[in-house]
Amino acid sequence: MKALRSFLDKIKPNFEEGGKLAMFRSVFEGVETFLFVPGTTAKRGTHIHDSIDSKRVMSIVVIALMPAMLFGMYNAGYQHYLVTGNPDAGFWNMFLFGFLAVMPKIVVSYAAGLGIEFIVAQWKKEEIQEGFLVTGMLIPMIIPVDCPLWILAVATAFAVIFAKEVFGGTGMNIFNVAIIARAFLFFSYPTQMSGDAIWVAKEPILGLGNHPLIDTFTGATPLGQLATSTTQQALQLTNAVGDPLTTLDMFIGLIPGSIGETGKIAILLGAVLLLFTGIASWKTMISVFVGGTLTCLLFNQIGANPVMNLPWYDHLLLGGFIFGAVFMATDPVTSARTETGKYIFGFMVGALAISIRMIPGYPEGMMLAIILMNVFAPLIDYFVVKSNIKKRMKRVEINNCELKN
Amino acid sequence: MVKVIRIKRGLDIKLKGGAKDVFAKANPADLFAVKPTDFQGITPKVVVKEGENVKAGTVLFYDKKNPAIQVVSPVSGTVLAVNRGEKRKVLDIRIQSDGQFTSEPFEKAQPSDLSAEQIKERFTAGGFWSFIRQRPYDVVANPYDTPKAIFISGFDSAPLAPDYDFILVGKNEDFQLGINALAKLTAGKIHIGINTEYASKVFKETKGVVIHEFRGKHPVGNVGVQIHHIAPVNKGEVVWTVNPQDVVTIGHAFRKGILDFSRSVVLCGCCVKNPAYYKTVYGASVSTIVDGNIINAGQARYISGNPLTGTQIAADGFLGAYDAQITVIPEGNTQEFLGWIMPRLKKFSVNHSYFSWLTPNKEYCLDTNLNGGERAFIMSGEYDKVFPMDILPEFLVKAILSKDITRMEQLGIYEVAPEDFALCEFVCTSKIETQRIVREGLDFLKKEMEC
Repeated sequence: MKALRSFLDKIKPNFEEGGKLAMFRSVFEGVETFLFVPGTTAKRGTHIHDSIDSKRVMSIVVIALMPAMLFGMYNAGYQHYLVTGNPDAGFWNMFLFGFLAVMPKIVVSYAAGLGIEFIVAQWKKEEIQEGFLVTGMLIPMIIPVDCPLWILAVATAFAVIFAKEVFGGTGMNIFNVAIIARAFLFFSYPTQMSGDAIWVAKEPILGLGNHPLIDTFTGATPLGQLATSTTQQALQLTNAVGDPLTTLDMFIGLIPGSIGETGKIAILLGAVLLLFTGIASWKTMISVFVGGTLTCLLFNQIGANPVMNLPWYDHLLLGGFIFGAVFMATDPVTSARTETGKYIFGFMVGALAISIRMIPGYPEGMMLAIILMNVFAPLIDYFVVKSNIKKRMKRVEINNCELKN
Repeated sequence: MVKVIRIKRGLDIKLKGGAKDVFAKANPADLFAVKPTDFQGITPKVVVKEGENVKAGTVLFYDKKNPAIQVVSPVSGTVLAVNRGEKRKVLDIRIQSDGQFTSEPFEKAQPSDLSAEQIKERFTAGGFWSFIRQRPYDVVANPYDTPKAIFISGFDSAPLAPDYDFILVGKNEDFQLGINALAKLTAGKIHIGINTEYASKVFKETKGVVIHEFRGKHPVGNVGVQIHHIAPVNKGEVVWTVNPQDVVTIGHAFRKGILDFSRSVVLCGCCVKNPAYYKTVYGASVSTIVDGNIINAGQARYISGNPLTGTQIAADGFLGAYDAQITVIPEGNTQEFLGWIMPRLKKFSVNHSYFSWLTPNKEYCLDTNLNGGERAFIMSGEYDKVFPMDILPEFLVKAILSKDITRMEQLGIYEVAPEDFALCEFVCTSKIETQRIVREGLDFLKKEMEC
C-alpha cells in the first residue's frame, strides 16, 4: 500500500492546476479518493466525525443490489434456455449466458454515466460525487434483457445530464435518476421497450445457447398478459413457454421481467441490509407495501377485469413493485425528507403503482408512481414543515395572550 | 416531587481518556490571553496598552455598542501585547502574570440586600456580563434586558465533559450568593437542570431556584435543550444562561470582596497520559497542564472545550472563556487504503454499516479526520435522531443557507445555539458544517433585526 501511496504522491503534481495532465484532475482525484480515504481533518466545528460517508453509503446500496443482480443474471440465462427448449442446461451454463447478456449493460451504463460525471466534475472543479455508483447499477437492473446497448447509453446519458447535472448534481436532483433513464426508454423507444418480445434473450451470445425457439414461446410478462387480456374473468398467468405460474413461482422469480426485478428473495436480502444499516428508511419501504396492499384490496372489490381480480399478494410480487419499494422509493434525495412525510410518500407510491396497473394500456405502474411522487415529495414536506411551524406559532399566540391578561 | 424530563433522542459518544474524580497539581500558568472572539456578539474596544500593569478585574476591553459589557483581566500582571489580525481585528490580549492575583476592589455585599440597579453596577464592575449569555442568538447578554428567566445547566453531557457535581463540591455558599444576585435581574425564575443520577447537593440545596431533572443522552446537558423542554424561547423573548462555575465566581466576589476567576478544568482525551482535573484560571496558558502529559505530542490536536464544540488551540494555547475542559485527541491526517469499504472494526459510527453497534460500551479514540468529503444533503432523518427538540434541524439549516429570515423564525432559530447542532455535524454523512452555518445564521439574523 505504501508503494501505491508514494506512486500516487509522485504523479499527483501532474494533475494539479498547471500540470501536464491537469485536464484529468477529476479522474485522478476520483481514483485517489477511491483508493485512499483522504487525510482531511476538521478545522472548525466538531473535531471528531462519524466514520460514515457518502462513499460508504453508496457502496452499501450497491452491495444490497448484488443478490438481485446475480439472480437476474441467472434468470436471464434460465429464461433463454427455457424458451429454446433446454430447461436442463445446468446452473453454470445458465448463469454464464446471463452474465454475458447482462455484463455489457452494466459496463455501458457505468461508462456513459461516469464519463459524464468525470467531465462535469472537471468542469465545475469539484470532487466526483458518488451518486452514480448506485444509479449505474440500478439502470441495467430495471430494463428488459433485450434492450439494445446504444439505447441504454443514450438513456443513461439523458438521465444523468437532464435529471441530475442540470439540477446541480447528487443530492440536488428532483427525480430518481435511474427511473428517469427507464422512463426515457419507455417513452422514446416504445417499440424496443414494450411488448412481449423483449423480456427474454432469444439470440445466442458468443455461440452459447445456440438453439431455436420452441413453439410454445410467448415471452410476455405476467403483467403484460393481464394488460392485454380481453376476458372479464380471472386469468391463468403463464411463464415464457405457456406453463401456469403459481404464487411461489412469482416469489422465487424465474419469470420474464426486467433483469433485476424478478428475484424477490434476492431483493428482500438487499432490503434487509438496507434496513439494518438504516440507509433506506423503513418508514418509506413499509408504507409502499401498505399502500399497495390496501389499494389492491379496494380494486379486488370492484373486480371488473383480470387485473383487478388478481389477489393482492400476486400484485405485490409481480413486476417491479418490490424492487421499486426497496431500492427506488427509498432514495433519500428524491423521496420525502421529513419523517412523517415518508409515510405519506411511501403510501402514495404503493397506491399509485397499483392504480396505474388498473388503467388499460399500462402493464406496470411503479415507474410512473415513483416519478409522480418525486414531484410531490417537496409538497408533502411542505405540509409537514408547516404543521411544525403552526405549533410554534400557536405557542407564540398563547404566550402573547398570557402577557396581555 | 420534581418531574423527570426524559429525552429520547441523542447520542453518547464514548471516548477514551476520561478523567477520574481527582485533582492533579500543575504549576500556575504565567502567560494569559483573553480572546475577544470567545465573546459572541461583542465588538471590542481595547482600553489597555502594551506594558500597562493590570489587576484581576481591570477592564481590558468593552463592547463598542454596549459599553456596560466589559471584559476584565483574569489575572494581575503586565499586558504583553494586543495581537491583531486582518483588518486590525483583535485576536487576543496577552498578559504576563505576576503570580500574585491581586484584585481590583469589589465591595462585599449580600446580593439579596441590593437593588437590581446596584447588582447591575456590580456586574459591570466585575466584568460578569461577559459570563452571561442570552438566547436568542447565543451572544453575550445585554445588561439592559430583563430576561424572562435564567437557565443554568447543572451538568455537561458532552463527551469527556467535566463533572460539575465533583468540581463544585464545597462551593454551596458562593453558588447560593451568585444565584441570589442573578435572581434580582430576571422577572421570572432561575431554572437549574440536573441529571438525576449524579445530582449534586450544590444544586439540590440551593434556594430560590426551580430544579428540573433530566435523563437521556447528549445533548441533554445542553442548556438549549433544557430550555426547550422547560419553556421554549419565542420570538421577542430573551432568556439568559450561565455556567455553574461562573455563578460561583460571581458569588465568591460578593462574599469575599475580591475577583477570583479561577475555575476547575478537566484534562482529557485519548492522547492524555493521566487525565485529571486541574485548577486554573480562564485565559491561562494550558502548557503547564499539558506539558509532559501527552502521548505523541507532535500528532495531537489540542482543544479548549469538548471535541464537539471546542476550539482548536496550540499546544501552548489558552483556555477559552466558557470552557472547563481541555481535550487532546490525535490528529487524523493519515490516509487509509480503501477505507470506505473496509470493515473498519475499530471505527465508531452510529450507522450499522460499521460494527460499533456490537460493542455499545466500548470506548473509542477518535481522531480529527473528516472521514469523507463534503457533499450536498443526501441522507435524510439523520439529524432528527440526535436533535432532541421539536424543531426540524435540516429544514432550519436550509432556511439559514437561503437567508430566509421569516422561515428561520418560523422554524425556531430563536431557540437554538450552534452547540445544539454539534451532534448533527458529527453524524452527518455529507460532512456539512452545521455549527458554522447556524452561527452565521444567528449573526445574520441579529444584524438584520437590529437595523
